[in-house]
Amino acid sequence: MSSQDIPEENLPVAQDTTQVAVADEKHPFADPGLPPHEHRIQDIDERAAKRSERAVALLFTVSMLATVGFIASYVTIPHDKSVFVFPIGHLNALNFALGLTLGLALFCIGAGAVHWARTLMSDEEIADERHPIEAEPEVRAKVHADFKQGAKESALGRRKLIRNTMFGALALFPLSGVVLLRDLGPLPGTKLRHTLWSKGKLLVNMNTNEPLRPADVAVGSLTFAKPEGLEEHDHEFQTEIAKAALMIVRIQPDNIKDKRELEWSHEGIVAYSKICTHVGCPISLYEQQTHHVLCPCHQSTFDLSDGARVIFGPAGHALPQLRIGVNDEGYLEALGDFEEPVGPAFWERG
Amino acid sequence: MKKLSARRRHPLAAVVVLLLALATTGMVYAAFVPTRDAKADETAQSLTIEEGKKLYAVGCASCHGTGGQGSSDGPSLVGVGAAAVDFQVGTGRMPAATSQGAQVPKKKKVYTQAEIDQLAAFIASLGAGPSVPTEAQYGPEGADIAKGGDLFRNNCAQCHNFTGKGGALTHGKYAPDLESVDPKHIYEAMQTGPQNMPSFPDTTLSEQNKKDIIAYLNAVNGDETVNPGGLELGGLGPVSEGLFAWIFGLGALIAVAVWVAARTAKAKKS
Amino acid sequence: MSTTTNSASRSREKAPAGEKIADWADGRLGIYTLAKANMRKIFPDHWSFMLGEVALYSFIIIILTGVYLTLFFHPSMNEVEYHGSYVPMQGQLMSEAFKSTLDISFEVRGGLLIRQIHHWAALIFLAAMFVHMMRVFFTGAFRKPREINWLFGFLLFVLGMFTGFTGYSLPDDLLSGTGVRFTQGAILATPIVGTYISMFLFGGEFPGDDFVARFYSIHILLLPGIMLGLVVAHLILVFFHKHTQFAGPGKTNKNVVGMPLLPVYMAKAGGFFFLVFGVIAVISAVAQINPVWAIGPYRPDQVSTGAQPDWYMGFAEGLIRFFPGWEVNIWGHTLVLGVFIPLVLFGVVLAALALYPFIESWVTGDKREHHILDRPRNAPTRTALGVAWVTMYMITLVGGGNDLWATHLHLSINAITWFVRIFFFVGPVIAFILTKRICLGLQRRDKDKVLHGRETGIIKRLPHGEFIEVHEPLSQDALHTLTAHEQYKPVEIGPAVDENGVERKVKGSEKLRAKVSKAYFDEDAQIPKPTVEEYKEITSGHGHH
Repeated sequence: MSSQDIPEENLPVAQDTTQVAVADEKHPFADPGLPPHEHRIQDIDERAAKRSERAVALLFTVSMLATVGFIASYVTIPHDKSVFVFPIGHLNALNFALGLTLGLALFCIGAGAVHWARTLMSDEEIADERHPIEAEPEVRAKVHADFKQGAKESALGRRKLIRNTMFGALALFPLSGVVLLRDLGPLPGTKLRHTLWSKGKLLVNMNTNEPLRPADVAVGSLTFAKPEGLEEHDHEFQTEIAKAALMIVRIQPDNIKDKRELEWSHEGIVAYSKICTHVGCPISLYEQQTHHVLCPCHQSTFDLSDGARVIFGPAGHALPQLRIGVNDEGYLEALGDFEEPVGPAFWERG
Repeated sequence: MKKLSARRRHPLAAVVVLLLALATTGMVYAAFVPTRDAKADETAQSLTIEEGKKLYAVGCASCHGTGGQGSSDGPSLVGVGAAAVDFQVGTGRMPAATSQGAQVPKKKKVYTQAEIDQLAAFIASLGAGPSVPTEAQYGPEGADIAKGGDLFRNNCAQCHNFTGKGGALTHGKYAPDLESVDPKHIYEAMQTGPQNMPSFPDTTLSEQNKKDIIAYLNAVNGDETVNPGGLELGGLGPVSEGLFAWIFGLGALIAVAVWVAARTAKAKKS
Repeated sequence: MSTTTNSASRSREKAPAGEKIADWADGRLGIYTLAKANMRKIFPDHWSFMLGEVALYSFIIIILTGVYLTLFFHPSMNEVEYHGSYVPMQGQLMSEAFKSTLDISFEVRGGLLIRQIHHWAALIFLAAMFVHMMRVFFTGAFRKPREINWLFGFLLFVLGMFTGFTGYSLPDDLLSGTGVRFTQGAILATPIVGTYISMFLFGGEFPGDDFVARFYSIHILLLPGIMLGLVVAHLILVFFHKHTQFAGPGKTNKNVVGMPLLPVYMAKAGGFFFLVFGVIAVISAVAQINPVWAIGPYRPDQVSTGAQPDWYMGFAEGLIRFFPGWEVNIWGHTLVLGVFIPLVLFGVVLAALALYPFIESWVTGDKREHHILDRPRNAPTRTALGVAWVTMYMITLVGGGNDLWATHLHLSINAITWFVRIFFFVGPVIAFILTKRICLGLQRRDKDKVLHGRETGIIKRLPHGEFIEVHEPLSQDALHTLTAHEQYKPVEIGPAVDENGVERKVKGSEKLRAKVSKAYFDEDAQIPKPTVEEYKEITSGHGHH
């Protein structure tokens, strides 16, 4: 929307009137102009100027010494030596020495230069004219005319076929670049829906790397498990554990409020995905008295005694539960994969 | 002196210092604590339980019930074991104040170690539970610090922070800072799961695992822990670093800028 | 043409060496024409004008130290076993990126210092950009002709956030990995294309083994390259527009008063670079930052409490923490509003700031150039809006650290989250009202000062027994400075009929503008400046009182 229609009196009076010595209604007090320049001590007293000179030179000298100190520290202090520095504590001697000497060397150069500028260089304020950023009307007219002539000579406006095909070509060619990005990664497919868990896979204790038995899991305890066969050295470990990580707790069956949770548990031992359904943090701040589990990243809170439903925070749905049982040898095993995708929700999750 | 300070940086120095420290603690401990193993004949044992029972009746029964069966004010203590008593009373959490906040805090302990042992013996007699760990269990020898670090990040860091500085739980509850907590108490806490902390019994977190975790904590959150870069800023990560950058970093630079831009003092008009 | 140049240079053969080199360069680069306009360019002195310099210098420091770090850093996610000198990591599996970060910290002499300088400088860079931007905002320095430069600066801030974020993620440690995981979760929440973007960014499922290398090229090449270009453009525009100044005697909209670039500003600005570098080096000597060895290598199934990003991403963290978990399932698809809305808000909050100059110029309808800065009190509505924005930003920052406030102030984390949920909306409103009132109060005080003079604190007893405080009239300098600001009148909707008497359609946007303008410049939104009559009446009439 144009503002040309705003009446001039609504705008404050143009500022160049401030230079008018007579006070007017908009600027009741006239600008007295730049105050006269006053001298510094250094400008009139040569001894003071000498003192400043010496101070600047001293700062530059300290800087040189500090650089020598830096090199000396680098050469003499072993890189793994630590010292106690009050009040900081135990720290790496080399880092401390290098940082302080470097800091001092740099700071003194800066302080010297600024002190020099402030005390010895002229401090007389100078006023510089400003010119409008906008071009003069003649220049403006000339540029417009030149452009029109150029446009006319190119015949772009007249020969529409050229114009249209050129725009078409320019619009299309970036697609090649977009196509090239295709191999950045695979298509999602159903990757986010499956984990390593499947029927019969044993629940292996993260700490001991041994399969878990029901008797190992006490009421009030917290254990983390991975699917059997997945080892830390495996190439795919990180990607697989990001989906398969499991949190195992045991709750007195009477205290389990959710019917399906109880059915999918083994004598109160329940296995939930450790990956938060909000944005995927490994959720595991388990409060054994309340059976609440809190996410340390964004404080989503789930009730593990009630189907892991969300009771606080930004998560949108319950933690997926893994159905478990006991195999013939008495070890805890999965009775299938998770029935829903683990981790953060996504468009295709449904 | 110079030699000593040079050797301080030896990789084994920390272990040696620890061993010495623990040996001393052990000796002091042994001097003050009535030994259980040597004179552990039945009479002495039952005498200890008797003493513990008396202490219990005075200090604990009002909440936990006369027979440790529990009440609306305190949970049942049957089967919690000596380790739980040693932890709760040894860290001053028990006896708790009549009205506490979201959780019972650590405070100055009320009972002597001898009394705590008597209480523990009495509670242990009510039902089998984890016993107080020995130094061999939580001491540093044979511990794998790096493995302890991995275990700590897997089992503990989610509540207690990377290096055990503590963290928030729901509704005002919190996981406490683990700095300067007695290794024995850390061991007992893992074993028994005090308050809202889940337990990590030997069946899922082996004795060796616990030893490793304690050794790791001592390495990264002990008195001798080196923070190579300087101030640890609470070990809390980016929040304290950000505050520091704003207040001391930008603050110092603005102070410098004020100096750079300020007008130099003028000579007095005369 | 060439002969004249030749003869000119021949005549200067006896000139000193430096002059000869300059002549040589001028013949090829035309440096004299450039220097003519700029060598004695005037820069006004004010500490707040140096905040941008802090940002510029920390940016240079980041580039210098960053180049050094690339000499030792391996942007690879290959898993290796650690056998370096840090004992609590012995034998641990970690990515090469993490291992090389440990090596920089423990094996390369001075490596830790450079790492710490790089990281501290990054935090200070963003903080300095933030306060610089606030300075520009609250003094109205963004007005014509500087709107484009405001946008350049804004882009630098946003790009700085993302450059910082990608750099913070490179060591592949447990803390930054958690941040990357959050980013990936947020990307997944994007409707329709979320899963595709995630797969393409990470080369498959999270975490895969590509993202460190990809973030690396973004962090060291793509983003800093763009930023460098923007910084140069930003500075060229600062030179071209000439610096703004505060009102004062001799300072007008048509001049700039200060000291020349050569020598004073060369020394002051050059020296200030060293001062900034020195301060950051000392900070890096005494304060540890991002101790990745204590944090541990990234594992997607491990986490620590207190998981926060660096401060400049803290407000995004706060937004995501306080938002309720809304999730809508329709027609077999999931709309993850609980994550997606904060993601959009993140953009909206920033965009509001970026677009403000254009909004204000629309409201005022003012198309003139402005080189005299406003005192914040003299633009109460703008100042109040700015403070409201900062309040909103700060409240989300509080939300981003809710767990640490909870433990350190002994509060419930749930209570803090609720506080943030409510005050995200209420806080800015309160801040707006309070700020506007304070601004008006200060304007009133200025007016009193102009009309009645400065309170001297001297009490005098008049012959008839009355006690009065002596007021000292202000100097002409002060009177001028306090009344130099402009005051707009609200825009009114033009006459309902045009010149020909035909009824004209009043556009909706025109009505809206009249309303907003009224809110900005109505009588209760600013205190009218003292008039000459008022002043004369008081000074001549009753004398002091």
